[in-house]
Amino acid sequence: MAAQHSRRSFLTLAGMLTAGSALAACGSNTGRGGSGDTTLHQWYHAYGEDGVQAAVKRYAAAYRGGHVEVQWNPGDYDSKILTALQSSAIPDVFEAQVKLDWVRQKQVVPLDDLLGDAKADFVPELLKSQTVDGHLYGIPQAIDTQVLFYRPSLLQAAKITPPTTVDELVEATKALTKDGVKGLFAGNDGGVSVLMGPLLWSAGLDYLNADNTAVGFDDPRAAAAFGKLRDINKSGGLLLGSPTDWSDPGAFTSKRVAMQWTGLWNLPKIQEALGDDIGVLPFPAMDASGKPSVPVGAYSAMVNARSGNVDAAKAFVKWLWVDQVQDQVEFATAFGAHLPARASLSAKAPKLQSGVGAQVVKFVADGGKIASPAWWSARSNTALSDAVARIAREGANPTQETQKALEVAKAELARARG
Amino acid sequence: MKGTTRAFWLFVGPFLIGLALFTFVPIGWSAYLSLFEARNTVTPTVFLGLKNYADMLTDDAFLRSLGTFLAFAVFIVPLTFVLSLALAMAVNQIGVARAFFRSVFFLPFACSYVVASLVWKMSLFSGVETGVANKVLAVFGGDPIAWTGTVDPPWYWLVLVTARLWLQLGFYMILFIAALQRIPDHLYEAAWTDGASPGWQTFRYITWPQLRGATVAVLTLNLINAFQAFDEFYNILGDSRGYPPFARPPLVYLYYTSLGSGGQDLGRGSAGAMILTVIIAAVTLLQGRVFRFGRA
Repeated sequence: MAAQHSRRSFLTLAGMLTAGSALAACGSNTGRGGSGDTTLHQWYHAYGEDGVQAAVKRYAAAYRGGHVEVQWNPGDYDSKILTALQSSAIPDVFEAQVKLDWVRQKQVVPLDDLLGDAKADFVPELLKSQTVDGHLYGIPQAIDTQVLFYRPSLLQAAKITPPTTVDELVEATKALTKDGVKGLFAGNDGGVSVLMGPLLWSAGLDYLNADNTAVGFDDPRAAAAFGKLRDINKSGGLLLGSPTDWSDPGAFTSKRVAMQWTGLWNLPKIQEALGDDIGVLPFPAMDASGKPSVPVGAYSAMVNARSGNVDAAKAFVKWLWVDQVQDQVEFATAFGAHLPARASLSAKAPKLQSGVGAQVVKFVADGGKIASPAWWSARSNTALSDAVARIAREGANPTQETQKALEVAKAELARARG
Repeated sequence: MKGTTRAFWLFVGPFLIGLALFTFVPIGWSAYLSLFEARNTVTPTVFLGLKNYADMLTDDAFLRSLGTFLAFAVFIVPLTFVLSLALAMAVNQIGVARAFFRSVFFLPFACSYVVASLVWKMSLFSGVETGVANKVLAVFGGDPIAWTGTVDPPWYWLVLVTARLWLQLGFYMILFIAALQRIPDHLYEAAWTDGASPGWQTFRYITWPQLRGATVAVLTLNLINAFQAFDEFYNILGDSRGYPPFARPPLVYLYYTSLGSGGQDLGRGSAGAMILTVIIAAVTLLQGRVFRFGRA
């Protein structure tokens, strides 16, 4: 009996120990800090291009100011960051685009003092996009942009010129649809998520106004612009149900479509598949008050306010993303196709001196628009993309749907401005 | 006695700790969060009272998702019910390889929803001409259809409903088979002796009343399941940028609201979850009353 009891006690104890250590593992702040053997945890999302992971590990290993451990995060990285910032001291350093709520909840640290003389070299729009209430929260690592890829040979065969207005884009989508090839691919959701911004810009509008004090699409022409996406969806030339989505070049490289809206980062794969038969365009203007545009996003290096080593983390960010110029050029241009976040570095990248690379540099300079402004909330975004989906895919009334989204966006902005 | 108590805690304890830690604490916390402005934080400071509830109850998208799923439940519950009962009766009556058919129809239940959803989306109902459904169409001379992308007519429902039926029918079928096997043979023999004809008459007056318990269980589980729809919807229609405004189950909407990658509005998300909980509880209780659950 006694033996049995002690076995039970042992099991109970073992169970409690297991539960205890599981709990302890939840909060993994080891409280190390200050000394020379500081370990910093740096997170990246999983870049699709080969070589990036090895490169960022190499950069981290070269840092002399402390030990940096790089974590590569496949899957839903953005949600993971949101959750980590709410309660965890890890990561110390991570890449993201600043969100208003992070600043309001004091989850990220201002990095104003890191840029120094380099400040003038960074693309001003990018810095502005990572600035809230006058403070900079992220150092842009590289520029991501999206463009309209097309195959010039197919346009010639159909006797049309590259579209310069949204109406011409609708026509081209129709005209290029033949022999089992569709005109355009812009994602399996009919272009709703990736073309929503470009459609607003095509009419000279935006998500928010320049100083984030008002909603930027309080204008009847917003509904007209979204109506154009309805035309594209109705044209019969839009590819839907592709096994790969807009962010992958698959539909274009497998010659299922004549034009695809996708990330510039896919350029190497597209060149490999199609050789010289490649043209690029910005999203065209709808009318005279709009301009051709490309969305611009920049994952930026940020520091977690809950980190036990804020100063060490800032020093590392300054070292890598301000001082290590060669690494920055390699990071942006050697693997996929991104643009460096600093004007002086574009000149140092051979791929950007001619051809498609040089064209896209010009698109960004002339019509680059911030794809997800810090003040534009997730709720506003859901409301607007719901509206655009109903207009473009279900044929709902553009004016009414846009008005509903406008009301949500106004309420959200009023809340944000307090 | 002491030994029994200790054994009780030894066996129940770990489960109870898990239940408390991963179920009760989150439910309580969620109720707490629903009363606060809780954006990107689980330790909110701005108390809002019932504002989040008022917000959700006037939120067009949330109401629409509730409406869609009421309609979905009205459609899918009877369909699953009738098909699983028919399958159970067929398998139960088949003369050969009964165990084989039982296993074959039950196996899909063991399949992961995520895996099945991806097979449905990318292989069976892929929008390109190499998808299985489109190959079948091609045999009859039809053009390929973008099954998950076409809104008019809403082909995506075909994809969603067939995936759900394939995954769930087997489970409900097993419940019915178990109940069918518990009906004593002498009831049927007595009925036949009294002149009842095999088929509809026997089913109506013997089998159906005897299946009462299983019927109520299947209906209740089915209904809760319909309201909790998430996995196949999220994996078939969702993408990294979000979810379309149609065929959006309440849970998917709440997931994007409270845990989406753009920003986590845990206050409104929690309020919505509480509302949904109340609705499911109310409908289940109502159903229990109508079918006199537990008194069968």
